[in-house]
Amino acid sequence: MAIEVHNVTKTFGVTPVLRDVSITVAPGSLTALLGPSGGGKSTLLRVIAGLENPDSGTVTINGVDATRLTPQRRNVGFVFQHYAAFKHMTVFDNVAFGLQIRKWPKAKINRRVTELLELVHIEQFANRRPAQLSGGQRQRMALARALAVEPQVLLLDEPFGALDAQVRKELRTWLRRLHDEVHVTTVFVTHDQEEAIEVADDIVVLADGVVEQAGSPHEIYDNPANQFVMRFLGPVTEIDGYLMRPHDIELSATPKPDSSSATIVRVMRLGFEVRVEMTLDGQDAWAQITRSAAERLGLKAGDTIHIRPIPNAKQLPVAVA
Amino acid sequence: MAKYAIRLVALVYLLFLLALPVGLVGWRTFENGIVPVVESLSSPEAMHAFQITIVVAVWAVVINTIFGVGMAVLLVRHRFPGKRLLNATIDLPLAVSPVVVGLALILVYGRFSPVGGWLDERGVQIIFSTPGMVLATVFVSLPLVVRAVEPVLAEMGIEQEQAAHTLGASGVQTFRRITIPGIRAALIYGVVLCLARALGEYGAIAVVSGRLVGQTQTLTLFVEERFQNFQESDAFAASTALALLAVLTLVVSKLLRPKDAD
Amino acid sequence: MGFVLSGRAGTGLGLGTAVLFLSLVVFIPLAAVVWRSGAEGPGAFWQAVRTPDAWAALQLTVGASLIVAFVNLVMGTLIAWVLVRDTFPGKPIVDVLIDLPFALPTIVAGLVLLALYGPQSPMGVNIAYGQVSVVVALLFVTLPFVVRNVQPVLLELDRDMEQAAASLGAGPLVIFRRIILPNLLPAMLSGTALAFTRAIAEFGATVLISGNLPFKTQVAAVYIFGQIETDNTTGAAAVATVLLVVALLVVLVLDVLQRWGASRG
Repeated sequence: MAIEVHNVTKTFGVTPVLRDVSITVAPGSLTALLGPSGGGKSTLLRVIAGLENPDSGTVTINGVDATRLTPQRRNVGFVFQHYAAFKHMTVFDNVAFGLQIRKWPKAKINRRVTELLELVHIEQFANRRPAQLSGGQRQRMALARALAVEPQVLLLDEPFGALDAQVRKELRTWLRRLHDEVHVTTVFVTHDQEEAIEVADDIVVLADGVVEQAGSPHEIYDNPANQFVMRFLGPVTEIDGYLMRPHDIELSATPKPDSSSATIVRVMRLGFEVRVEMTLDGQDAWAQITRSAAERLGLKAGDTIHIRPIPNAKQLPVAVA
Repeated sequence: MAKYAIRLVALVYLLFLLALPVGLVGWRTFENGIVPVVESLSSPEAMHAFQITIVVAVWAVVINTIFGVGMAVLLVRHRFPGKRLLNATIDLPLAVSPVVVGLALILVYGRFSPVGGWLDERGVQIIFSTPGMVLATVFVSLPLVVRAVEPVLAEMGIEQEQAAHTLGASGVQTFRRITIPGIRAALIYGVVLCLARALGEYGAIAVVSGRLVGQTQTLTLFVEERFQNFQESDAFAASTALALLAVLTLVVSKLLRPKDAD
Repeated sequence: MGFVLSGRAGTGLGLGTAVLFLSLVVFIPLAAVVWRSGAEGPGAFWQAVRTPDAWAALQLTVGASLIVAFVNLVMGTLIAWVLVRDTFPGKPIVDVLIDLPFALPTIVAGLVLLALYGPQSPMGVNIAYGQVSVVVALLFVTLPFVVRNVQPVLLELDRDMEQAAASLGAGPLVIFRRIILPNLLPAMLSGTALAFTRAIAEFGATVLISGNLPFKTQVAAVYIFGQIETDNTTGAAAVATVLLVVALLVVLVLDVLQRWGASRG
């Protein structure tokens, strides 16, 4: 395993931020730490990097116990949400920094930095200051800077959090492609489940300092371990005491075995999907069906409709508080 | 570790430069109890010095507040050529030696200068009298109110005032009910700084007042005169009074300091 | 004032009033000093400046101020560092007291220094009437300048940059030298320039402890005072003009420095 975290606990003041957390990260993989804000993901990442020290537990990187090593010694690349650009240096010098620390010869530094700037497509800004770059360009620079020293592991802390939605989407795809090219074990933190599902090979869902589930995006979405994971990873609706995905619901005009009847409250056409809001037994619920299905059924508010989950739909019983 | 060494160096430096000297004077002032101190400070000369100091300071603060607010409004809300020059002039007093301030005022408003002579013929004496002292104090504390109010006024923006206008408020009403309350904290802060500076001025006052005991002797001049006349206990008592006032100013201004906007 | 009449008329009235006020209080008096210094011709000006005691006073003043500026550059940054990055009991009190030299009358500053470092020093340290006393007095009054200039910059400094450097392998000394210091330098230098300007102008703090001995411990401001008292206004004005010009030069350098600092983003 490239990274092994065993039983890490971290408390800030009186607040426990990580509670007995253990995860493993496969070499060469692209793993997402996913969860709501304040759940401990960034802290875990920083513990791996050595920027925070755990109260208890161990961190092993490529077989070496790194728990007591300073960040300088761990050879991990770290990319910050707000870039942490060295604002008094040029883009070139930023990327060259780690290599200068390692006392590489100048010619070698020049070659490597140029190579990286071209990799991230900002070679034309080599002599500019970070302040003159856009947010997306600055983050690409930060990535190049972290990659320059050939780290064992690359850690990204909400790397696209400070960027516009459009730029975020572009960089997301770009990160995936970069990883396919460069193959460094990469862990990134995000609170955006769409981002995690789209980009990562593996996802660790972390909430309130505890690992809720770890697995591939497919596994976690289709087989959520608990209600929290199910709610966090995608849309849910509650029907007859069970939590299920709105797009796993079959609607029909006539009753079917195991179907329940509901009254339609509203039908909303959203692009090529249709959202049907309804009530049953006094509870609000909704289903997501295709436009053609909606047209076939001829739905309108006030109608009675019969619903049941499609075969093999994942259903979780709603916990009784 | 390096951290403790740096902390030690900083604290030792501050101890020997700042804390010990000031503390020693406070201690020596009260070494014979509080009664002699009160006696010193209630002597006729001391009381008079208090009075002169306060009169001059209050006048200076009022003048600088009025023109300070006006100039802040001018700089923030209006555009005109030469703004940078005006800006630089406001900061100029900080770079001028207090003695030079005194000299400058004597040259223009002294009895043997054209302006001063003209005023003197009409019975108005500026130098060696209260007006001159007020003028000197205004000079040295000039930037304080302006610079305290300016950033807050800029940050406040003009929209609130424009909203008031659309609701029918006149210029004066808007100023009184929108602008002033908006800058109130910064204004008080500036006034406190200005007052502290005014109470503590020595060099410019020394030149411009003629140091006439009982007539134009401020508290700072009193300190010097008593010391030079070997009446140390009087000098120490007045110094401690001024130092306590200074510390009070620091605490009040720290509490009032407008929070920096991000 | 401009608020009453917005628009051009208001600007005109406000500007006019401001210019009038500043002229009466600042411009004209200062211009009078410069004019007076040259009123008897350039020869008399230079003669006044180069009289032995005037020249000695200027040399002492500039020399002591340079020393003080340098000490402040180092100590001021160090103190700002401790105030921002370190914690210890009583720190808020120390922070407030840094401004004491701003608030304390200069004559009182001189008195307190004399009490501790003069003939009646309880520590047995007597530097009164020597050139060291001038330096100490100037150190006292210039204490806050570099500290207060550097503090806010240090507070605003992006800690992420230091952590990024650490993750790239830089040790604490390298981080200070290559990351922190370059970002502090403009504030350090402008604070030092301010301290220098303040130091050359100082009067009250030196009066008691230095003894004002001509050729030895008499600073320029005290010399000027003496010349005023003996009605030698030309001499006073000449030396005063020199001080003004030096201060002006420093302020100009400051402006350039601030522009340089701002351009680095």
